[in-house]
Amino acid sequence: MRLPNGGRIDRDKPLRFTWDGRALTGFAGDSIASALLANGIKIVARSFKYHRPRGIWGAGVDEPNAVVDVRWQGQHDPNARATLVPLRDGMVVRGVNAFPSVARDLYGGIDFFQRFLPAGFYYKTFMNWHRYEPRIRAMAGLGRVGEATETRAFETRHAHCDLLIVGAGPAGLAAARAAAGLSVIVADDQVLPGGNLLTDATEIDGRDGLAWAADAVAGAQRLARTTVFGAYDDGTYGLIELRNDAPAGWGEARLWVIRAKQVIFATGSIERPLVFPDNDRPGIMSADAMRRYLRGQAVLPGRNIVVATNNDSAFATVQALREAGAAVRVVDLRDGVMPLGTGGRGGLRWVDIGPPDGSRRERVPADLLAVSGGWSPSVHLFSQSGGALQWDVTLAAFLPGAPAAGQYVAGSITGAADLATCLAQGHAAGLAAAAALGRSAALAAPHTASTAPATPMRPIWRLDLPGTRQWVDLQNDVTAKDVALAASEGYRSVEHLKRYTTLGMATDQGKTSNVNGLAILAEATGRGIDDVGTTKFRPPFTPIPLAALAGSRFGKLMAPLRQLPVHDDHVAAGADVRDYGGWARPACYPQIGESIAAAIAREAANARFRIGLFDGSSLGKIEVYGPDAAAFLNLMYYNEVANLRPGRLRYCLLLRETGVVFDDGVVARLAPDRYLLSPSSSHTVGVLTMLEAWHQTEYPAMQVAFHDTTAAWATFAVSGPDSRKLLEALGTDLDLSDQALPHMALASGRMQGIACRIARVSFTGERSYEISVPASYARALWRRLLTLGTPLGIMPYGIESLSVLRAEKGYILIGTDTDGMTLPVDLGLEGPLRTKKVDFVGKRSLLTPDALRPDRRQMVGLLPEDGALVPAVGAHAVETRNGKHRSLGWITTACTSPMLRRSIALAMIEGGRARIGETVELFHLDERSRATICAPIFHDPAGERLHG
Amino acid sequence: MLLLPCPHCGLRDEPEFSFGGEPAVRPIPAAAVDDATWADYLYLRQNEKGPHRELWCHSGGCGQWFVLTRDTATHAVLGP
Repeated sequence: MRLPNGGRIDRDKPLRFTWDGRALTGFAGDSIASALLANGIKIVARSFKYHRPRGIWGAGVDEPNAVVDVRWQGQHDPNARATLVPLRDGMVVRGVNAFPSVARDLYGGIDFFQRFLPAGFYYKTFMNWHRYEPRIRAMAGLGRVGEATETRAFETRHAHCDLLIVGAGPAGLAAARAAAGLSVIVADDQVLPGGNLLTDATEIDGRDGLAWAADAVAGAQRLARTTVFGAYDDGTYGLIELRNDAPAGWGEARLWVIRAKQVIFATGSIERPLVFPDNDRPGIMSADAMRRYLRGQAVLPGRNIVVATNNDSAFATVQALREAGAAVRVVDLRDGVMPLGTGGRGGLRWVDIGPPDGSRRERVPADLLAVSGGWSPSVHLFSQSGGALQWDVTLAAFLPGAPAAGQYVAGSITGAADLATCLAQGHAAGLAAAAALGRSAALAAPHTASTAPATPMRPIWRLDLPGTRQWVDLQNDVTAKDVALAASEGYRSVEHLKRYTTLGMATDQGKTSNVNGLAILAEATGRGIDDVGTTKFRPPFTPIPLAALAGSRFGKLMAPLRQLPVHDDHVAAGADVRDYGGWARPACYPQIGESIAAAIAREAANARFRIGLFDGSSLGKIEVYGPDAAAFLNLMYYNEVANLRPGRLRYCLLLRETGVVFDDGVVARLAPDRYLLSPSSSHTVGVLTMLEAWHQTEYPAMQVAFHDTTAAWATFAVSGPDSRKLLEALGTDLDLSDQALPHMALASGRMQGIACRIARVSFTGERSYEISVPASYARALWRRLLTLGTPLGIMPYGIESLSVLRAEKGYILIGTDTDGMTLPVDLGLEGPLRTKKVDFVGKRSLLTPDALRPDRRQMVGLLPEDGALVPAVGAHAVETRNGKHRSLGWITTACTSPMLRRSIALAMIEGGRARIGETVELFHLDERSRATICAPIFHDPAGERLHG
Repeated sequence: MLLLPCPHCGLRDEPEFSFGGEPAVRPIPAAAVDDATWADYLYLRQNEKGPHRELWCHSGGCGQWFVLTRDTATHAVLGP
């Protein structure tokens, strides 16, 4: 219920929301959790495994229970932590993992079968886990992911700073104040700075604590609602900022990647539960959280309250509850008593109290039980960044050991329990960080009234009360018995314990449960807690939306497609534009009402018998200069390139050092010291990288340089018997006669004053020319070619049409017809290996026993028996030996040949060249057909049309 | 995210670099070595825990390849 006064809420701004369909009201300043508590909602969730009713335990990032489904203005978060989501007007909040609702969950009956679901039950009970998994998954889990595509805006920011302060509690703020003058970023997951100052009214330097806090952080960049979730190498930190100012108003996050010279971990500490029978009943809360709800949102979730503690910190809550008018009964373990059990359907009704051995018990009516089992310093980031932890017996906590250079710890992460110590530590850390960067300041430490020395806490890890269920990990439903069982079954390592019982593996990552769990493991295995140690702390500290990690890198921005210089003309011509190795290129140009297959057949025939125009601008254009260019390229290429005459082209392969074909393309020699390479469109960067790597690491003395000019030139291919006529009409200053420009020759000159290159090279098998001009003239040339070519019957053709043309000729496509095992010899290109005298990349690998095996898969052609059937790419050729099927290889390219008017295919077949003329069986997805092996060329085997 | 020392550009962020693995010395002349030596050169790396010589390329920057000795356990850069 809400108190009539107090809290940092705006009572003039009521907010309506629904909880499992019920209309409720909160105020601006509420979190979903505080609003639910204010409305008397006790059950907010069903537990992961047993569907036990659970209530809100905490008030922050450690919350194990209150995971809810939130929808608001089109946004949807299926697994929001109710303690961290600011309430908004119109929010629709639902419980998860329950049907029909968390209050009446039909799956709740599963708890009666709990003795069949012990730790590791899925290893033991369900030998055929895959058969049970779907139904078990349906009953266990969290929220349901929505179907809609993510529409929220997530962005990424990078920042540098002198000092990153993690936590804006008193210690972090004192550090920020002392480090004024440095560039400081202070990150904290709350809306306002202050940490505990927000809960407990305090005077610092004679002023109100919150006013002091605002001033202390004034010189720093403050990131509110921001969690530092990971510490990475060399001072890198990952932060997630849940934006209040987001365009959508809620649900959007910003990822920060911050490189900090120094860091102060003022991350505070997290209150632990006490482990006792039925300690998971709704109405049992962290004592600290209860005070935070009371002071922050004026919520008093009960009237008859038991406060059970083993340390002094809970007395602040006792005082606050009494001031608010609640009846409070204190149960202090140090007085020899603690809760022994709880009861009440739908929420707490009573608490049994007595000595830990259970020798006597008193039943106390209560509607709320506040618990403090001690404090666990938030050492997660400190440990992630390599810091060692030490078990402190007095505080029963893992404390940070000596920090590395440039790292500091301050505040309750060190075990400090009083404000004065936290302030002093923060102040010292801030001054030290400043001094390390060469700045010294004479600044007095902040002053506050000292608190009295505390009575030591008394840990108790579980009660020896047989037949009871004492909960350790509330989110993953792990009991003290489960931990003991795992230990008795031999899981002595804390990492094994974690995986076997799933302790600490839920979305809260065991923030409240880990220390209790490993203390119980230590008891069960007769070791010290320091001996057991902690599991490894890894990022992220809190769940991070995947969309926040992706930032803007999804959809079209994930890997932006490169566009050709005349992209718009292609689109206007009705091109079917697709992604080809990162380039948006026309597949073909279907006319209205024309099928893709028909368009391909039309374009291919036109490029063979009349004239076709192809945009090849994406083809790589790497220029290689220098006195050693010829010698260097000769070391790189499979083929001989040093004897290439200027003005001539050669089709060449580039191999990996393993001998595998990496790329193919035409090498042109422009001048004695200058080459132009044409790698495949998608391999240009790879080829350039390879050349650079070999030059720098193996042949640095050679004088040669590389330059990728792909984007600087547009290249259009004109193919067909009439192609020379069109070129002549263009008006260049070049001699285009077959004597001056035969097949595989290149000429550079000018076309109407513009630099141009014409290469006579063919990927279609027809007479063909590639015309290149500076990319800024691409559109003019493209349109001019279409205009001038109209009387000749010119048509543009796309990649799919080209692929048919090249398949008819048996020209390979790297990565389509080749894979990571293909050697040149497999493609029938053995010449250079025999004749080239100098060493080249991959040569030695072509002489290994494996490379020389006679039964290697070789490229061949296939003519399917049924010429109307195009076999699937990837279909296997199989043989049957001793009744068993065996693959001989597979189809790499298949299409209908417009020339042959039947289907054709290219394939890699074991010992294929010796099998030409044989028939093989093809097998694909249980379908069988037959084909005849032939040479991998289906059209103009003599190559006469290249010159025709 | 490591900070790596590019010989030209100084300390830069790891995403600007490409990893080239452990440097392997190419047998010269390659034709003269036996199959086992060639296979070692192609495939066998020490992959040691601790100080480790490795190749890096400042591919997102100046394009320089360089050798770095780095501790694979602590990620500390120890020198060239």
